[in-house]
Amino acid sequence: MTGYIIRRLLQAVVVILGVTMIAFGMEHLLPNGIARAILGPRATQVAINVFNKQNGFDSPIWYQYWVFLDHLVLHGNLGFSYKLNRSVDSVIASDLPRDVMLVGTSLVLAVVIAIPVGVLQAVKRNQAWDYAGTATSFVLYSMPSYALGLILISLFSIEIKFFPSEAPQQSSVWGMLGHPVGIILPVITLTLVTYALFSRYMRSSAIDSLAQDYIKTARAKGLSERAVLWRHLLRNSLVPVTTLVGISLPAVLTAGLVLEYLFNFQGLGLEYFTAATNDDFPVMLGITVLVGTATVVGNLLADITYAVLDPRVRY
Amino acid sequence: MALLPITAEAEHLPEIDGGEVYKQGSVAQLVFRTFTRNKLAVVGVVIVVIMVLFCFVVPLFYRTDQVDTNIINSNLAPSGSHLLGTDNNGFDILGRLMKGGQSSIEIAFCVAVIATFIGVVYGAIAGFFGKYVDAVMMRVVDVLLAIPVVFLFIFISTIVPSSTMSSSGTWILIAVLSGLSWLAPARLVRGETLSLRTREYVQAVKVMGGKSRRIVFRHIIPNAIGTIIVNATFQIADAILVLAVLQYLGFALPFPTATWGSMLSQGSTFLSDGYWWQVYPALVAIVLIVVAFNFIGDALRDSFEVRLQER
Repeated sequence: MTGYIIRRLLQAVVVILGVTMIAFGMEHLLPNGIARAILGPRATQVAINVFNKQNGFDSPIWYQYWVFLDHLVLHGNLGFSYKLNRSVDSVIASDLPRDVMLVGTSLVLAVVIAIPVGVLQAVKRNQAWDYAGTATSFVLYSMPSYALGLILISLFSIEIKFFPSEAPQQSSVWGMLGHPVGIILPVITLTLVTYALFSRYMRSSAIDSLAQDYIKTARAKGLSERAVLWRHLLRNSLVPVTTLVGISLPAVLTAGLVLEYLFNFQGLGLEYFTAATNDDFPVMLGITVLVGTATVVGNLLADITYAVLDPRVRY
Repeated sequence: MALLPITAEAEHLPEIDGGEVYKQGSVAQLVFRTFTRNKLAVVGVVIVVIMVLFCFVVPLFYRTDQVDTNIINSNLAPSGSHLLGTDNNGFDILGRLMKGGQSSIEIAFCVAVIATFIGVVYGAIAGFFGKYVDAVMMRVVDVLLAIPVVFLFIFISTIVPSSTMSSSGTWILIAVLSGLSWLAPARLVRGETLSLRTREYVQAVKVMGGKSRRIVFRHIIPNAIGTIIVNATFQIADAILVLAVLQYLGFALPFPTATWGSMLSQGSTFLSDGYWWQVYPALVAIVLIVVAFNFIGDALRDSFEVRLQER
């Protein structure tokens, strides 16, 4: 298994390098170069040349990429936002905790809801509850994430003025937690979106597990149905969840971006969106690299956890 | 002897006396029969047919102006003259729904076809040749999969000049979305190919001196057709959803082109004014068509699995 882990690690490093290459390449694919985006359409050629010279944009692209990698790997430096006049690191450092709070909480809640519901659906297979659950997740899955947010806003902040439609605007996580009412709607929405991603897999994986021999053994040795379900079925259903969370990360982060836009939640997604509308390419590059790395690391951890949790897996 | 009904519980069929020919029908017939027996699948097909007729045929009779704004008619509630009311620019919502559906369905369909084609060829080649070819090709897929489609698309759309976007936006959307959507089919087909290439009939072609191209296109891809078709169906649903998100964020076709996503984003600004008719029609349209394609995809998967079981 050590060999497997090392191989997976090497693969992950290669893929992360690829992500930086793609993001870096796109930043430098700009038709008029970064200088034009920063200095504006009316900047003189001289000004552009000076800017390129000062910031090293006049050297060959492979060298610029090398410098970027060097800064990134040795100093964790993702670049400098000329629009915000801040380092991309500081932008990310202020957004990331808020994002981790939103996405992390929603991921955990979605898993906590999806597992027992999936088990219940498997046990009550093809009964009214099962159909209701499947129908709900189908509709949730087929809805663009922001549409669900809009429905919740119209219900809970317009019809009955219970939750505000905007996330709290405090700069720190603790400040935001001081106004928990404002966080509830974004978290609920993202949880439901994530739940929809998980629920169908959970149901079918629980149905698969129900047919396994160890369930028959557990029943045959006279365990109560409750013990069979919660101690044997539920615990074994946890194994595929690790992979599921890893695979779903890009989708969850996308939903996060859209919902941050909808709720004006100051996270990385909204920062990315704002950067895109401002042509702030260094910030976009930094966030793309971060999101890509998070996905790769998520998948890596999922694969390794799977190998550790399931002793039947041989590599 | 008449055709026996073939059900999923094929083992319960009556014993056939020796000498009689038990006819199963072709694979396509078998899949079709299992598919039509699935009620949700039929519902899905009906919804898709109705939506396509609604978006492409009804506008021929129900003519509305979706280009020139008409402020006098803005924000009208549903009534006899405007069945679903009007939006803030005075566009008839029902008519706009049809126009928006046209672009969504066209783009999603093209994306699904192109992405599936690229993905199938790519995946089959990677899986068939294996080793270093496979390793390199699949790392490329991993890299592109690591960055979420919407993030990549936003990045690309800031690079494309807005003048190009307004003149040939549809084609750019199709090109970029196809360029980002072939990854899933590539992975699936590669996995399928890895198992198919060890089968006897592939070995047999090899021994007979069949060329790699023949093996991939005449033997491996046709045998992975179930996976491919099922995935293409889900691709349509996913493309419609991604489009709706991009349109909502404002990264798609420019005003006054009607899109479901832009209808939602425009309507949502008036949500607190109680103009529900500006939000819910587009929402219902999106959910209906995506649910329908998911129903069809699920049913197709079941049908193709039945085919495998009964073989």
